[in-house]
Amino acid sequence: MAQYARKIKIPKLPIVIALGFILVAVTSGFLPLFWLSLRAGFGGLDAYLPRVISFTLKQAFLSTVLSLLFALPVALAFARRQFPARNMLLKLFSIPLALPAIVAVLGIIGIYGNNGFLHGLISVYGLPGILLAHVFFNMPMAVRLMLTQLEAVPPESFRLGAQLGFTDSQVFRFIEWPQIASSLSGIASLIFLLCAASFAVVLILGGGPQATTLEVAIYQSLRMDFDPARAALLALAQFSICTLLVLIAGRFAQSIAVFPRALGEIRRYHGKSLAARVADALAIFIGCMLILPPILQVILTGITKIQLDHSLLRAIITSLTIGFASASLGLILGWVLAQYTARSRSAVLRSAIRVASLAALIMPPAVLATGWFITLTNFTDVSRLAAVMVIMLNGLMALPFIWPAIYPALVESMQRHDRLCGSLGLKGWDRLRLVDLPVLRKPIGLAFLMGMIVSLGDLSAITLFGSEHLVTLPALIMRQMGHYRMDAAAGTAVVLSVFCFVLISLAQSWSNSRDHA
Amino acid sequence: MSRLFACLLAILSFASLAQAKETLTIYTYESFVSEWGPGTKIKESFEKTCDCTIEWVSLGDGVAALNRIKLEGANTKADIVLGLDTSLAAEAAATGFFGKHGVDLSLAKTPMPWTDEIFMPFDYAHFAVIYDTEKIKVPPRSLDELVNGDASQKIVLEDPRSSTPGLGFLLWMKAVYKDKAADAWKKLQPRILTFTPGWSEAYGLFTKGEVPMVLSYTTSPAYHVVAENTSRYQAAPFNEGHYLQIEVAGLIEKSPRKLLAQKFLSFMMTPAFQDFIPSNNWMLPAGTTATPLASAFSDVIKPAKTFLFSPEDVYKNRRAWIDEWLNTLVK
Repeated sequence: MAQYARKIKIPKLPIVIALGFILVAVTSGFLPLFWLSLRAGFGGLDAYLPRVISFTLKQAFLSTVLSLLFALPVALAFARRQFPARNMLLKLFSIPLALPAIVAVLGIIGIYGNNGFLHGLISVYGLPGILLAHVFFNMPMAVRLMLTQLEAVPPESFRLGAQLGFTDSQVFRFIEWPQIASSLSGIASLIFLLCAASFAVVLILGGGPQATTLEVAIYQSLRMDFDPARAALLALAQFSICTLLVLIAGRFAQSIAVFPRALGEIRRYHGKSLAARVADALAIFIGCMLILPPILQVILTGITKIQLDHSLLRAIITSLTIGFASASLGLILGWVLAQYTARSRSAVLRSAIRVASLAALIMPPAVLATGWFITLTNFTDVSRLAAVMVIMLNGLMALPFIWPAIYPALVESMQRHDRLCGSLGLKGWDRLRLVDLPVLRKPIGLAFLMGMIVSLGDLSAITLFGSEHLVTLPALIMRQMGHYRMDAAAGTAVVLSVFCFVLISLAQSWSNSRDHA
Repeated sequence: MSRLFACLLAILSFASLAQAKETLTIYTYESFVSEWGPGTKIKESFEKTCDCTIEWVSLGDGVAALNRIKLEGANTKADIVLGLDTSLAAEAAATGFFGKHGVDLSLAKTPMPWTDEIFMPFDYAHFAVIYDTEKIKVPPRSLDELVNGDASQKIVLEDPRSSTPGLGFLLWMKAVYKDKAADAWKKLQPRILTFTPGWSEAYGLFTKGEVPMVLSYTTSPAYHVVAENTSRYQAAPFNEGHYLQIEVAGLIEKSPRKLLAQKFLSFMMTPAFQDFIPSNNWMLPAGTTATPLASAFSDVIKPAKTFLFSPEDVYKNRRAWIDEWLNTLVK
């Protein structure tokens, strides 16, 4: 990477602003609590904590491994095969990310629970249930991210592979795997952090307090006990562990090998044998069986119960507005950070940026929100800034999803175009418009979409800052449930899923329509 | 997309509309002021009696409202906090931000005489196990029968670390079993399907048919009768007695609108407030209503005995009792 960095001068200002923004957001969230903790003399560490930490790590590790193991064959199969329902399935794969935990859990229980048609296949309450739910949430996301990687393989690679007479396993070893491996540590870190921070799923499906994550303990100390000092300590523990893991994972990140490529359709020359076809069909079938039944369950339960009223319409508009703003914020931050990371020669700085991009997963949103509140309440009426706070928090929460969607593609584009742009003197806005945007429209579309879906499905920021004037779709679902209106809530969950589906369709058609521009 | 931004601006500016009249700011929990809660109607009703405006500020739940007061301290813009319960009252009083309400205590129609000079009650209900009559023919008749009963008939409970009903059930167990509570939890454990983070998730699992019993309120069956015209879900009367939840409101001592706040707390005990409680908040009125309650509410079981720890006891022991619960179930 380094030889390119010398040719292109990177403007410093955007990265300073972006990193500064995240740094201020995190420190203004954490320091007020940490200060309280210092004054309280670091009390409150007890036998509870090691148990909680070990359970958190155990379930997050298993969830990550399982999600990746299931995702890999599915992504490979999707990349190799074109079939009629392919696009449809991929769109459906984006829905779990937007579902509030309780909705997804009700969907899963409808299939595997006491009345489900797969009742008894797996014991839903306990570790297996938690893992099942985490695979449901994260496997489809991993598939999409891996698929973006695979679709970026230059067509020449496959042609070359065919000319050299590669077997299927050689194609995997020399072409597909290196491509996936380049982003694997990023995807794994993301899933790990998401599962480590899992709260509602762990409580509902955990079956009892033996399944307690750090996030639960933090929530307890911030709410029931109102012990910000203890919350700060727990957050510090979470922060240290997660940062360490992210840095370790970062060491396994491989640099991407790039071949000069001619434009053209990707044609696959391998995987023609019957066995390979059957294997791919099986992978897709298993992947779909994990993801689709709970989604169908959610849709079928709620489809006839949608209550199209004022509050639903308002929630739709609020969700879309906040989603759009958060995704924009996340994408701008992600773009600036990724641009800089791709060119920076400093490994320390690259690691720092990597950690910064994951800030909202490493530092629990509840801690950030409380800290922001303490910081701001002296200057202004925070409740009037509710929408801004939600957008900021959602933007930061979207960043970890945006990163794996754009970073690898950006690195690749940079390696391919930097020399040319350098010799043409193309930079700044012109380069963005003429080179980066056209080439990167797919990853950018995916990144924006991921950000939007994360925000659409967010319940933590909206619970922390929302009010009667600020109700998103997930917040409406919780409100309806809180008022015994379980049917209406099921209907709203369908609306949320449909919006997710429509957004994905829009983003895809945008990416595709300009494919040959 | 400019339309979206226009909407965003509209949302942002919604809260900052200019207010000329005296404004009474009340912190409450979210479901009190949502489209189905009593908040809007009570606001209209009170504003007729004064030249003032009520501004509801909704926070997740009573705990969140109290935490907000603790965070804001003396800077709070709240004049009243409405929606704490008796388990939180001592903790709230200990902050020192709340002042005496000055309302006639005899106006409170609670199951036991009201004596608190800082908080006034506005509604109440007992906790109860609600069961699905299509799944359970013979419901447990006591907490003891629940604890020792058939482990294949499960119950879903709320987590006492994150939920008020969850804490309520823990206190119920403690009130009945006292220092044997840990043993009772151990016996009950096989019957517990799971602990959910809040009431909504537990009730969602219950109505989905996943589990035939849930910890909720004695008033829950009334909802199903009134809104869904079904008596499928019933509350099981327990012969030891039921634990009580009383929701209360209190005024902020340093509020510049303390007189108006006192006026609101008196108003709270009258039919103009109380009439909206049963079928909007699904709780029993703790003041006077204009007419007798609808039959769905007069059918609500009336426990022979009521348990309620003093707010001070809860405040002092809550952490220790939750730790006991935690250590019992994790082993």
